[in-house]
Amino acid sequence: MNIPHKSVPIADLHREPLRQLLTALADDHLILGHRHSEWTGLGPILEEDIAFSSIAQDQMGHALGFYTLLHEHLGAPDPDIHAFTRQEAEFSCCQLVEWPIGDYDFSLTRHLFFDLAAGLRMETLSLSSFTPLAQLATKIRGEVKYHIFHAKTMVGQLGNSSDETAKARMQTAINRQFGLALGMFEPRLGEQILDDAHIAPIESKWRERWLEALNAVLDGTGLQIPDPDRIEPVFGGRNGYHTEYLQPLLHEMTEVFRLDPQAEW
Amino acid sequence: MVSPAHEPTGVPLNAHNDQVDAIWEALRSVMDPEIPVLSVVDLGIITGVALSPEQSVTVRMTPTFAGCPGIRLMEKQVGEAVEQLGYEHVQVETDFSVAWNSNRISDRGREIIRNFGLAPPPKHNGEPDLDRLQHTECPYCASANTTLKTPFGPTLCRSMHYCFDCLQAFEQFKPV
Repeated sequence: MNIPHKSVPIADLHREPLRQLLTALADDHLILGHRHSEWTGLGPILEEDIAFSSIAQDQMGHALGFYTLLHEHLGAPDPDIHAFTRQEAEFSCCQLVEWPIGDYDFSLTRHLFFDLAAGLRMETLSLSSFTPLAQLATKIRGEVKYHIFHAKTMVGQLGNSSDETAKARMQTAINRQFGLALGMFEPRLGEQILDDAHIAPIESKWRERWLEALNAVLDGTGLQIPDPDRIEPVFGGRNGYHTEYLQPLLHEMTEVFRLDPQAEW
Repeated sequence: MVSPAHEPTGVPLNAHNDQVDAIWEALRSVMDPEIPVLSVVDLGIITGVALSPEQSVTVRMTPTFAGCPGIRLMEKQVGEAVEQLGYEHVQVETDFSVAWNSNRISDRGREIIRNFGLAPPPKHNGEPDLDRLQHTECPYCASANTTLKTPFGPTLCRSMHYCFDCLQAFEQFKPV
């Protein structure tokens, strides 16, 4: 019962920029999904254990959706092969998603940063002129709403906490990874071409909306973001330059796959 | 590209005739593995059935959640259910051309979910209001004096709640 490939025509001019966009989205969701799954069994309370595990599972589904688009429309290999057999330098995830889970405050802050951006991305992409992407983004958007709801609730609780240590830890987590978070919006090669074709906006447009959304979330809390103009964004991930943390993650993630790539599950 | 209204063979999706109706009826025997009393039809994940003049069947499905771990199993069982009617060429396709949302659950499906012990998702106008999760009606005592414990649960499609009136924890099939 094979699912037939339902290719839609893509102009030659758009192919490479679209491949870059979809690979970045797929890799971000795959790698952060893997990181979130490391909270399974370790969450500070049962509800948070379940939340991070569920978000991880959602993100695996999202990654699969993007890899499937690459496979069906842009000639990329089968999603499993694509996800599990590339070398580190062939990954185009941003560096934010690679970092180890750290303490709960670090992971929670990263979850807020990432899902706020993912929500905006999916909202825009649900109107993409590339229909298969618009359909997938529409699907993902409804799921990310729950991620944002969760992140806002927890960040709000800790950010309004009467426990000054909790608040200080959250603020430190925000400051510490703000440059990494800005790295989510590293310009993609050919992004203007996709913008002109109403396939996807350039990253700086998303960055601007993300900063507004983030300020709105933190507004009612005792937390704030650093001045974005004074923080150096951590770029490189989109072009295959990664932290020392990605290779060990890939090694662990692909360990079972490498035992028998042809295995039927 | 909008979802094709016709299959490649030129047969419209969901045209009504006795044979197609019998296929839909057969699909009612395939259950959601996570709520094994709820059929894939009442869950609303079957988005089209087409029968070609050559008697080949296409069933189109859409997952509840992109990462739904049950979708491959359901595809297989859907195919088998149609094959049991005697069709030799059965194709099951899963795509996002019709996005599932919780409004697609039938009224009968909502009743089944409630009897299963889960709060059914409230109907919405395209955008569920997540603040309403704070006062989800308890499936045991119908009280709205409840609170949301977490928007996630034992499966991707459930959230966890607590009822202050009957003092029971309960789950909701969450609105999407």
